[in-house]
Amino acid sequence: MTVSYENSKVIFQGIKDAGITSLSALPETWLGLLLHYAEKDPDVTLIQVAKEEEAIGIAAGAYFAGERHVLLMQNHGFLAAINGIVSLAQLYGIPLCMLIALRGHWGEPYPWHTRGGIVTEGVLRALGVPFEYARDPAKVGHQIREAYTFSQSSLSPVALLLTRDLMEEPL
Amino acid sequence: MKRAECIAMLYPELEDKLVVTIMGACAQELYDLGHRENFFYLQHAMGLASSIGLGLALHLPHERIVVLDGDGSVLMNLGTLATMARYRPKNLVHIIFDNGSLLSTGGFDSHTTSGVTDLAAIARGAGLERVSAVNSVVEFGEAVIDAFKGDDLSVVVAKVAPVGPNHYGMDLHLPENAFAFKRLIAERKKKSHHGS
Repeated sequence: MTVSYENSKVIFQGIKDAGITSLSALPETWLGLLLHYAEKDPDVTLIQVAKEEEAIGIAAGAYFAGERHVLLMQNHGFLAAINGIVSLAQLYGIPLCMLIALRGHWGEPYPWHTRGGIVTEGVLRALGVPFEYARDPAKVGHQIREAYTFSQSSLSPVALLLTRDLMEEPL
Repeated sequence: MKRAECIAMLYPELEDKLVVTIMGACAQELYDLGHRENFFYLQHAMGLASSIGLGLALHLPHERIVVLDGDGSVLMNLGTLATMARYRPKNLVHIIFDNGSLLSTGGFDSHTTSGVTDLAAIARGAGLERVSAVNSVVEFGEAVIDAFKGDDLSVVVAKVAPVGPNHYGMDLHLPENAFAFKRLIAERKKKSHHGS
C-alpha cells in the first residue's frame, strides 16, 4: 500500500484554493504527505494535536479569530472527537470543515481499522453531520471548497470522507 | 482561598483580554461580576477551554488570551498541555483553579484531592516553562500580574476551596455568546489594522 503522491498534491492544492490558512491535524498514514506540504508552506499554520478532540477546540478558536481553518483526521480520530463536535461545535453553532481519512472500508486489509470504518457513515448520520465521499482527484478540490462554504453558511460541522480510491496508488 | 475571590481580583484585568472559561461554578462566578462580550463561556465539552484558548492565541498574536480552567477539565484534556508547550504562544495565560473536586456534579473528589496528582508538575513535565502554583489570594495576584507582564505562555495553578455559587443561570444563549464573541474579535482586529 502506497499513499498517492499525485492525489495528495491535488488535495493540498484544493485546500490552498479554498483559501485555507490554518490546519489542525493528527498525523496518519494517508494524511502524511498533506502534513509535509503544510509544514513547508509559509502561508499555512499547521497545528499538530495530541488527540483529535483537542482540534475541535483549536478549530473553534481559529473560527473566532476569523481564520479559514480545516481539520485533518482519521475516522477513528473523528470518533474520538464526538463530544467536542456535539457539545462545542453543534451547541454553539461553530462551523467545522473536517477532512477525514476513511480507513477500514472497501479494500481494507487491516482488521484493526474495520470496525471504525464500518460505523463511520452511520455515526455521521446520527450526528446530523452532512458528508460526502471524495473518490476522484478531478473533483476533490471542488468538494473541499464546497465543504468549507457549506460549513460556514450552515454554522455546522461538515465532513469530506477521503476514500481509498483517492488516497492510495492503485495496485 | 476561594475561586470567587481570585476571579474578583482578576476581573478588572480581563477588560482588554479575550477570556475563555470552563462551565459550572467558574463560569457563573465570572458572569456574576458582570458579563462582557470578550468572555466566552464553554458550558459543556469539558476539557476544551484550553484548546479554544490555544486556537485563539495562535491566530491572534496581538491579543492577550486568558483561559480559566479547572482540575476536572484539565484532567480530561492533558494532551493540550503538551500541544501548548510545543507551539508556545506568548500571548496565552492558562489559569487552573484546582479545587480537587468535581463540584458542579456533586462534589466528588478529583484525582488531585489527595495531593497525589500534581497539575503544576504535569504542566512542567509537558514542557511548559512558566508554571506557578499558588495557595493564597496574594500569591495568586502576584502570579497573575507576573504572567500578564511576562510576554510568554504561562500557567498558574491555584489551589482553591471546593465551594461555588448558590445559584446557576445566565441571561445569555450559548450561540448568542459565540456570535457576539466572534464579532467583537473581528471589530478589534479591524480597529488594530486601522491603528497600525
